[in-house]
Amino acid sequence: MSESIKDRVAVMGVGCTKFGELWEKDAEDLLVDAVYAAYEDAGVTQDDIEAAWVGIMYPFTGMAGVSLADPLKLYGKPNTRVENFCASGMDAFRNACFSIAAGVYDIVLVCGVEKILDQGSRGLPDLGSSQPVMGDISAPAMFALAATRCFSEYGWNKETLAHVPVKNHHNGAKHPKAHFRKEITKDDVLNAPMIAAPLGRYDCCAVSDGAAALVLSRPDLAKKFNHKDDYVLVKANALAVHTGAPMYKPSFNYIGFPATQDAAKSAYEQAGISNPRKEISFAEVHDCFSITEILNCEDLQFCRKAEGGDFVASGATAVDGELPVNPSGGLKCFGHPIGATGCRMLYEVTKQLQGRADGYQVKNRELGLAHNLGGPGSVCSVTILGQH
Amino acid sequence: MVGIRSFGSYVPKLRLSRKEIGDAWGIPSAPGEKAVASWDEDSLTMAVEAGLDCLRDFDSSLVDGLYFASTTAPYKEKQTSSVIAAALDLRRDIQTADFTDSLRAGTTGLRAACDAVKSGSAKNVLVVASDCRLGEPQTAMEQLFGDGAVALLVSDEDVAAGIDAVHSITDEFTGPWRKQDDTYVRQFEAKLDATYGYARNVAESASGLLKRERVEPKSVTKLILYAPDPKSFMGVAKRLGFEMNQLQDPLLLMVGNTGTPQCLMILVAALEQAKPGDRLLVVSYGDGSDALLMTVTDRVDALRDGKGVTPYIESKAMLPSYAQYTKFRNIVSGERAPIRSSTVTYWRDRKQELNLYGARCKQCGVLQYPIGRVCFECGAKDEMEEVKLAKSGKVFTFTLDNLAIGMPLPVPRLVVDLNGGGRIFLEMTDCEPEKIEVGMPVELTFRRMHEGAGFYNYYWKARPPRKKEA
Repeated sequence: MSESIKDRVAVMGVGCTKFGELWEKDAEDLLVDAVYAAYEDAGVTQDDIEAAWVGIMYPFTGMAGVSLADPLKLYGKPNTRVENFCASGMDAFRNACFSIAAGVYDIVLVCGVEKILDQGSRGLPDLGSSQPVMGDISAPAMFALAATRCFSEYGWNKETLAHVPVKNHHNGAKHPKAHFRKEITKDDVLNAPMIAAPLGRYDCCAVSDGAAALVLSRPDLAKKFNHKDDYVLVKANALAVHTGAPMYKPSFNYIGFPATQDAAKSAYEQAGISNPRKEISFAEVHDCFSITEILNCEDLQFCRKAEGGDFVASGATAVDGELPVNPSGGLKCFGHPIGATGCRMLYEVTKQLQGRADGYQVKNRELGLAHNLGGPGSVCSVTILGQH
Repeated sequence: MVGIRSFGSYVPKLRLSRKEIGDAWGIPSAPGEKAVASWDEDSLTMAVEAGLDCLRDFDSSLVDGLYFASTTAPYKEKQTSSVIAAALDLRRDIQTADFTDSLRAGTTGLRAACDAVKSGSAKNVLVVASDCRLGEPQTAMEQLFGDGAVALLVSDEDVAAGIDAVHSITDEFTGPWRKQDDTYVRQFEAKLDATYGYARNVAESASGLLKRERVEPKSVTKLILYAPDPKSFMGVAKRLGFEMNQLQDPLLLMVGNTGTPQCLMILVAALEQAKPGDRLLVVSYGDGSDALLMTVTDRVDALRDGKGVTPYIESKAMLPSYAQYTKFRNIVSGERAPIRSSTVTYWRDRKQELNLYGARCKQCGVLQYPIGRVCFECGAKDEMEEVKLAKSGKVFTFTLDNLAIGMPLPVPRLVVDLNGGGRIFLEMTDCEPEKIEVGMPVELTFRRMHEGAGFYNYYWKARPPRKKEA
């Protein structure tokens, strides 16, 4: 079998902008802020960077390597834009990891950005379908199809879903970089206007702007920089792609996402994890919608299939619970600037592992998991980071 | 004998009370209600519905001609019947033709179909007539007009109503008209039309036919007479020597004046009730008049299986307001976001999108949609066999999307498992969104989706079943 990526790549610095409706900033501002924060955290300068990857989904945010090279004036070096739906940022990270593991570069930059609000705040901007008459579908509608099916299969209801936004808003209220820093109640969730039934406003993450960045290196080099021995190690890095058209696939059951199931399986194998519920200390998972977080918990094997509703209701996923999920507040509180989200999650996991998550620090911090799910449950990226 | 082998009809689900119209303008209102094509319907989509109704339980590959009749064809240049033929999955080696520009076009198409069958150039010709006319706001026409469609299969086999004789006249008379760029139907002096246009024309064709065939009015079971309004047709019938109980109800009260399809729709309503041996006289109007004399055969009983106009009249939903009507019929319009489309992809995918074919994998047997090269389930390459999909199924899951581009919001979007296999993702129309549930049965309906790339993009949607199972 091929060699695992485990322990061959180190995160030596991270940076992240405030997320939100950043009307006064453009993608250049966001990238420069996040990347220079990461440089400072790592203790490197731009001259140390040998190659770079940027995760961006929308062409209007930026296309090609110049979308990163121009803001940073990072010229004459390999620089690649990665697009893979909502996993764009984490897939950029995966590609950057491989370059280090391959020994091709010593120090590389990976970042993600999205500038969505320039296109308006009514949901995600249309990408234009290649298939004109069969109809596009909004992001909330894609996942509402799963919620409706789970309601029908398991007897879940809107109250089942409401545990997720209430918990995540509780967490996000303590995070200085979150878009929304306000606690909400179950009644707020249940009484909110409908976006794509059965998902209401608080079941959906918001449209936001933001950027995040990481500097990666080899473990033996990382310890010579800022955090000395307190760098973070990549334990696993998996990507799985399933259909972008589940609504046409006869066997798609809409009670889980095979992309997550497969990426998780691969990641656990790479990291040598046999009991994720016990071994994973905490996780940042893709809570684009309340139903998604519940199904993620099942698909990531934090609980058994069909038990996700009870699992989130039990308090197990609270910051002080058995397996804290989205201690940052998640996409619910940060919004979802697509290309930035994966890198922001890795920023969060790194900070938690290093014990630097002031105000929202989890207790157990050995292994942290980050998870992105993009498209209608099509593309999943799972990364596991651990303490050195 | 050449005649009608099967019939079908379509009345849109939406109705507008004439009182709503009168009240909106502060003018007197006529009694009853009018059928209104929804915002995603037009004369083409309604013709497809009528055609599906007519061809239910009939092998569509046996149809070797399609004639479409309308004064409201969606295109000024481009045939409508060719689109209908694709949606009905008719063969390619058939004749399609559009009969347009006159309210008489429906019977003209019917005559032409009879001639084609008689001449032996075709065995089964489908005639579909459909209209979606707009009366100018605040006029009597606005209240009177309704939308609908009809389909008749003309053949010399298994004929349920034989066409014994026909008689046509042509007359240069500017009755109702619309110029190339007019939205609303214009009418010259209504009294002049009633006296010199309508009354004289229909009387001339009807009496000419009866005289030639030596048929007395009293031996005609039903007079199926085009009715431009609720009164004048009665006067004509009386002058021709018919009793009022011989007159077929022109459906003005429940449907409205549907224009081109009107007298053929009421022919279908008559056939729903007819007994073998009944004689029917059909008389149309428009720049002249066509009269057709028919005799009902014992095969008419076989057609009484829920086809026709009555079940559609009974299946209805009231439009809540006149304002809604003006929005649905594009009388008032907002800005619409441009939608990306392409005539190229529309052409390339026509078999799956218009004819509604999926593919069955010869390796694993799974029926799937859209048609791919590699099997969705087992990964076999190029083992696909094209299969016509069923136009009914059950809801697997759904959402009501408020972020969709459409009207009205929310747009219900369904994952549907089609009967017999194949899974498809469709919008739902003509429904009450709050009543949709997992497992409910749906049927497919052909609709106008949008005008991306400057042409009408048609496709299928789902709707709750409109007719009770026969």
